[in-house]
Amino acid sequence: MAHAQLKQFETVRYSRIYALGAARGDQVVTNDEVAGPIDSSDEWIRQRTGIITRRRAGKDQSLMDMAVAASTEAIQKAGIEPREIGAVIFSTISHPYQTPSAATLLAELIGANPAPAFDISAACAGYCYGIAQADAMVRSGLAKYVLVVGGEKLTDYIDPADRSISFLLGDGAGAAVVGPSDIPGISPTVWGSDGSKWGAVSMTGSLLDFRDGETSWPTLRQDGQSVFRWAVWQMAKVAQEALDAAGVTANDLSALVTHQANMRIIDEMVKTLKLPATVVVARDIADTGNTSAASVPLAMHRLLAEHQVESGGLALEIGFGAGLAFAAQVVVLP
Amino acid sequence: MALSHDEVLAGLAEIVNEETGIDTASVLAEKSFTNDLDIDSISMMTIVVNCEDKFGVKIPDEEVKSLLTVGDAVNFIVAAQG
Repeated sequence: MAHAQLKQFETVRYSRIYALGAARGDQVVTNDEVAGPIDSSDEWIRQRTGIITRRRAGKDQSLMDMAVAASTEAIQKAGIEPREIGAVIFSTISHPYQTPSAATLLAELIGANPAPAFDISAACAGYCYGIAQADAMVRSGLAKYVLVVGGEKLTDYIDPADRSISFLLGDGAGAAVVGPSDIPGISPTVWGSDGSKWGAVSMTGSLLDFRDGETSWPTLRQDGQSVFRWAVWQMAKVAQEALDAAGVTANDLSALVTHQANMRIIDEMVKTLKLPATVVVARDIADTGNTSAASVPLAMHRLLAEHQVESGGLALEIGFGAGLAFAAQVVVLP
Repeated sequence: MALSHDEVLAGLAEIVNEETGIDTASVLAEKSFTNDLDIDSISMMTIVVNCEDKFGVKIPDEEVKSLLTVGDAVNFIVAAQG
């Protein structure tokens, strides 16, 4: 007897980012406000990080509030209905529940229920991981439109007396709608991880340690020197690989949008990549701070909102951080 | 061919000058990177990576923390050249 032939998804040739949305913490926090507990100063923080102020969410503004605002903007600008969203990918390290995911609640709140929805944990690389997955899902036919969100309320996981990372951090959410395209809009992603540096950006303890009274509330820490070295020189290589995979050169770019970790990482990467002066470099960190998974979409959204770049131009986006994990791709600006 | 102690010191002084603007004449073996030359941890990493390129040696992250003075760095690089 002949077996029945299965149907499989019809594939789509190309994908692109349709639109972005952004929401930042509702409080502006100055360097003077964070300098005291780390025995520092406005000048020291500016010189070492390039941060002048950071945006943080107050007690009444949740991670979900910011994610809903960013997602709603992205969906509206994409010109689609929320119910057309075929999958929701939420990258976050600060959702305060082990389960259920943040993504299913987000899907419900924005009107995308019953879209499949799940969280990913790739920290500062998470949004670019999400774009890679969305690109693959759209082109494979698994979903027509995918909502990718990078969102964090990191201030729930900081120690004001920590000199390694806490004073850098801010809160926000960025969202993108990815869908089918007539022309290539997302290049092959160059991504990976290095678990040999698992502890380089980490927490002060596990939730089990906290339960057992062996540590205070776990907060973020990093080995700044090691991370800086990896972020600049290893990630410059990854950025170059992403350009090569996309079949373009730095001269073809309108913008470089890196994870906004530290202005000096951005400056060194620009030098190492020998970027031409025509490329606009995202420097959202100066008044947003480091928002982990949210930083790339927030920075790109800002370049577009301030008309520093035009829709249709090419942007190299690269996320890197805890894991260590990294991902880079070249995208057509929405 | 391996460079001498003085040649490495001169090369390191140029790298320090390029990163920080500190006069090469001030980059002396007994100077502490942090206390005397006021070089912060991020600049130190940039100097380390540039030294690796210039002198063809590997300076692991865990070694960097023990390179307190210019002389420490020069001695490490000279030894690492083999």
